[in-house]
Formats: sequence, C-alpha cells, structure tokens
Amino acid sequence: MKKLLIGNEAVAWGLYNGGLRVISSYPGTPSTEITEFLAKHDDIHTEWAPNEKVACEAAFGASLAGARAACAMKHVGLNVAADPLFTLSYTGVTGGLVICVADDPAMHSSQNEQDSRHYAIAAKVPMLEPSDSAEAYAFARSALELSEQYDTPVILRMCTRIAHSQCLVEVGEREEAPLKEYVRQLAKYIMMPGYARVRHPLVEQRMRNLRALAEDCAYNRVENRGSRIGIITSGCSYLYAKEVFGDSVSILKIGMPNPLPEKLIRDFAASVEKLYVIEELDPVIENHVRALGIECTGKSLFSPLGEFSQQTIRDAFRKEGFPFENAPEKQGDAPQVPGRPPMMCAGCPHRGMFYTLVKNHITVLGDIGCYTLGAVAPLNALDSTLCMGASVSGIHGFNLARGKETEGKTVAVIGDSTFMHSGMTGLVNIAYNATNSTVIILDNSITGMTGHQQNPTTGYNIKGDPAAKVDLEALCRALGIARVRVVDPYDLKACERAVREELEAEEPSVIISRRPCVLLKYVKHGEPLRVDAGKCRGCRRCMGLGCPAVSMKDGKARIDRTLCVGCGVCGQLCAFDAIGEGAKE
Amino acid sequence: MKTTSIMIVGVGGQGSLLASRLLGNLLTAEGYDVKLSEVHGMSQRGGSVVTYVRYGEKVYSPVVTEGECDFIISFEKLEAARYADCLRRGGKIIVNTQEIDPMPVITGAAEYPSGILDELKARGFDVDAFDALTPAMEAGSAKAVNIVLMGHFAARSGIAKEKWTAALEQTVPARFLDMNRKAFEAGYGG
Repeated sequence: MKKLLIGNEAVAWGLYNGGLRVISSYPGTPSTEITEFLAKHDDIHTEWAPNEKVACEAAFGASLAGARAACAMKHVGLNVAADPLFTLSYTGVTGGLVICVADDPAMHSSQNEQDSRHYAIAAKVPMLEPSDSAEAYAFARSALELSEQYDTPVILRMCTRIAHSQCLVEVGEREEAPLKEYVRQLAKYIMMPGYARVRHPLVEQRMRNLRALAEDCAYNRVENRGSRIGIITSGCSYLYAKEVFGDSVSILKIGMPNPLPEKLIRDFAASVEKLYVIEELDPVIENHVRALGIECTGKSLFSPLGEFSQQTIRDAFRKEGFPFENAPEKQGDAPQVPGRPPMMCAGCPHRGMFYTLVKNHITVLGDIGCYTLGAVAPLNALDSTLCMGASVSGIHGFNLARGKETEGKTVAVIGDSTFMHSGMTGLVNIAYNATNSTVIILDNSITGMTGHQQNPTTGYNIKGDPAAKVDLEALCRALGIARVRVVDPYDLKACERAVREELEAEEPSVIISRRPCVLLKYVKHGEPLRVDAGKCRGCRRCMGLGCPAVSMKDGKARIDRTLCVGCGVCGQLCAFDAIGEGAKE
Repeated sequence: MKTTSIMIVGVGGQGSLLASRLLGNLLTAEGYDVKLSEVHGMSQRGGSVVTYVRYGEKVYSPVVTEGECDFIISFEKLEAARYADCLRRGGKIIVNTQEIDPMPVITGAAEYPSGILDELKARGFDVDAFDALTPAMEAGSAKAVNIVLMGHFAARSGIAKEKWTAALEQTVPARFLDMNRKAFEAGYGG
C-alpha cells in the first residue's frame, strides 16, 4: 500500500528494506529523522554518535566487518566527517556503505548553504540525489547495492525541501543482507602510502566505470518532449520545472550528480535548440556541461542563493520571453506585518545565564544550538557563532590575541551535546596552551534544537534506554581545568556570583549552567506567575529577559499564563515584588 | 483536474503538523496524488510556521507560491496577513481570531497591527474569521484549535463529512479522540 512519507522516512525505509544493519549518526536539521525512523526497528542497530566523524567511522567499521551500514548528517556535518570520507573513497567497502547528507538551501536551520555535491566530486565517490520521497526510498535502497557493486561509499544527497516534504511511496519488504565474511585485506584497508598509492588508480578506474554507468542507468533519464527547449535539472528543481512546463519541454533529469554523464548530455544538448540548466546552489551541472564545450543558460538566469520554487522558474523564464499567460494571479497585496522570528521558549534555562552575561557586559563567543537564539533582541547576547565547537576553540585565540584585556571579560557558551561533539578538544587546548579562558557549558540535558535527541551526557541512548553517562565535571577536570563549578541558571544571584568569580580567577575555568530543557516531558512546570498591577511601576526591567510570556500592557508588565511555566526568573528581577505566584492581578 | 493548494499557517507550537497530517490522510484516502511540505528546525521555537498541502490528479511541486493558494487556513491573525500574497484570485482565507504577540511586539519594537483583518478585507481578500480558541477550550484544550479550524474548513471543502471523521479517527491518538471529535464538530458548525 502507498503511504505518505516525508523524504527522511522514505530514506529510512529504503535503507531498512535494503538490508541495513547499522546506522550511526549525529542529529542535524534537516537530516535527523532518517535515524529516528530507523530507531523504530529493533532488528538493526541505530545510535547517536557524539559527532559526524565518529558516526561515519562507526559506519566504516560496520562495513569493514561485513554489514550494510549508513550514517546521516546535515551538510555541515559532512565537513566534520570529511576526513574519513576522503580515505573511505580509497579503501572502498565490504558491506554497502551509504552516507546520507542533507543540504539546507535558504538556511532554514543552518549557518551556511554549502553545496555537498562538491564533496562527492572532491572525494571521488558516487552521489545520488532524489527529487521526492518515492525516489528517496528507491535511491536509498539501491545505494547499498551500488556501494557493494562498485566497492565505494555512496553519498545520498537530500535537501530540506525533499527531506521534509511528503508524497506517496510504495514501501516494499525488507531484504536481508547477511553479514559478509570478514577477511583481512591489508592492502585494501591499511591506508599508508605504499598501499594507498595502489588504491588511488583503482579509485580513478572506479570513477571511469561509474561514468559509464551514468550514461545508462535508472538514476538519469530523458523525457523527450520536442526539440525547442531542453532543461537539465535535478533534485527538487525538477519538480518545479515540471510544475511550470509540464510535458511541453524536454528534460534530462539527473539523479546521479556525481559522476555526471558525458554522452547522455551531448546527445540531449544536440536534440534541442536551446539548453537550460536548473539547479539550486552552485553551478555544478552547468560547469560540467560547459566543460564539455556545450553552450547552456544556467546561473545567468538563476541565483546560487536560497531555495527555488515554481515561481523562481517562471520569473526567470519570463526574462527569456516566455509569457506564461495562465500564470497564477494573486488576489491582492499582503499588508506589511511585524516579523515573527524564532526565540528561546518561556522558561528556557539558557535565559538566566544570558541575562547575567549581558548585564555584566561580557563578550560572548557562541556556538550551535538553541542558545544561538541568545543572539536575538532584546538579549543580543552573542558576539560570534561559527560552527560546532568554535566557541571554546575561539575564545582561546581571542584571549591569545588580547591577553589580560579580554580574559576577565569574555566567555564561551556551548551546549552539552555540542560540547561532546567538538567542544572537548578546544577545552584541552585552553588547558594545555594556557589561556585564562572561561567556558560556560549550557547543560540542558538534551540535544535541543534538532528536536530532543539523547546524547552521551543525558544517560540515555537513542531508544531511550539507560546508557553510560558522561560526568561533565569530572571530564573537564580530566582535560586539565581545575576550576569547575555548577550553577542553576534559574538562580540569577548564583549565576552572577559564578560568572564574576570565574572571570576574576587567574586560571581557566568551566561553569556548568545546568537545568533540563523546559520542553522535556519529565520536567515539572511551576504555577504560572502573575503581576500585581498595584505594585508594578512599569520599569520594564523584566522585559530585558526577552521572555515570550512577559509583555507590557497599559504601562504595566503582564504575564501570559498560557505560556508561563513559573520559572521565577522575572520575579527575581522585580525590585517592587510585583511578580509572584500569589500576586493579585 | 486542477491541483488544489492549501496553506496551513500559524505559530510554532500551535499544532499545524497534526492538521496537515489529517489533511494528508483524508486526501490519500480520497485517491488523490498528494504532496505536503513543512519546514522544521528554528521555526519550532515560536516562529512563524507554514505547511503546504497540494492535491490533484498529478502534483509535482510540494510548495505553494504567490497567487497559487486556494485556501489559507491561519491559526493566528497576523500569520493570515503574512502569507496573503499566496492567495489566488477568488481564494479564501479562514482565520482564527486569536492574537499571539511576536517578539518585536513583546519588546515594543513593533505594534500588533490593529484591524488587520479589516485591512485584508479592504484589500479585497475573502476573509472568514472566527474564534476557534473558545470552542477548543470548551472541547477540553486550547491545543484543539487545530481541529476546530479543520472542522470549519471541512464544511467548505466539498469533501463529505464522514470522510473527514474517518480521517480524524485515523490521525488522532485514541485517548484524544473524544476531545478532537467535539472540536471538529464545533468548527464544522461554526
């Protein structure tokens, strides 16, 4: 029976039915659900690894041992996993190995919009790119086969729109792929120069073989609809092109963006009068077409920025003289309205610590997670956000550059999961190369932004079963930091004391700001607070917190009782004792 | 047949996901080709959220763009206005009259526009505004606003009511079914 599946669930079914036995991943929007859906199966092993490099290497180990394996990550996660990727290309695989990577054009939830296709080209591995959930299912399933057949890891490229769109998918049955026998193959798997030099020509030969496959495979197909216009496209751009042109133009749909075919493109180009290339982000297909000496129109019409849609395509082709007489006509113009950006939740434990940092005019190097939202008004707490772990590594460099001038006035903030991911090594550097830096671990006992995944500090694994729990205090001490203290971010006085004392101290320190995410099911909420209008002087001090539950009405503070979780942080700020559980409204 | 496009818009946490799942199940059971699209991530943290639902004989694009939308179902007043450019000529906006202040309003950097629905009507939009929050609370929870709205839309969808209730049973967990049935009925008759 056909089921409505988001792209990520379709990938999960494809991998599962393709005989997957092991998947190790790190959560990252928009890739997270692939692994979450696989975790519903008890006959395979699923896990959250501390980061994408570990995940990819765990998948490598499983493949080496003869199992079909995978890892999943967002586009920037592949930067972290790039080290194993480039040499996995040389070793090849035993059990099929699929690396699922999800790009995020338009940066719905990311810090950049890099194009993962460059990795497939640079690492010399095949990449498959589905256009919808049905293809995501089919491509994921066959990627495991392809991997074994060509002795290579295969990258499955998703993007936000395909990962999080649903369409009907016919889901078949699981085909068991028994563990392959483990045979020592030193020249294949020990990548030291003598062996790697022998492997490299095999990589080049493999790419030649794959190029031959690209000429004639189910992934790339021609829809021949006349000779006037030809469009080469891939991914969701294909859907938008079909939406606009239907069956009125010829299309070469690319499902394998690396390696790209040559003859197929030459023949297609020769069959049409005018050739266009429609692809989101970078001109990867376009550059390939041009390198073949074929004239085409691509990025001169289409932006390398953001997501496309049918509207993008119509707008672009209007410039080429297409009238689109039946194009949609809007009812009217929307009025201008205030924006509604995402924000930290009411009762978010990060808020109290951020408030303390802002109040003390501290320079804050930020990191990746919910707490990146500390950057928005009214807190405006952050000075930088680069990538996972960069707060901890960065503060060291910052203090190296400016010494005593900044050491007592600067902190790094990083979440528990991000600290596990790549904060630890930065902390080692602080201790080892001795800057007087202060790191605040915002420990909310969960990987928050991606939708609540367990991590090594939570004490539970992906299935919710009890697991080994990292002792953050002991870990920081073991890494060489003698001053480690824990503070409750709902206690503003304690936060203030901790921040002042650790910044004054003449040695590096870690403050663990610890309180579970307010959205966790086991977290008990307090009674919503009230504002005593008689006592409130309208000083707006509580407004500095940027809590969505607190606003001003007729010159007095007001608390939205449907949002307030009774954390009490605003009450601690009130100089007139106007906020409390029992306050009269 | 022509593809029909619906947008469900609101504020992160209002339950638009369940509403779109209900629509997805209904339209699949009706035998249509269906595409749904939503964006997770940052938008879950109280930001503006939009889900696209498209159905017909053959649907390609999962997204709805300017002038394409047949129905905008909005969980909140501002959000109805935010996406109004997407409404096609002759399309309809169904909107819950609830107001949720966005951060720029909370901090005083902007004002919640008063009379925003009248402004939309003045600009020629067909606006069907009603209070979905009160019947939701009467049914048992403010969270049932999503199903009240879907009930209201159901009565205008051209799809038989029993098909809707069957899809509702398929979509909602059993322990919340009674509450959601009440919410759906309130919206259907509202």
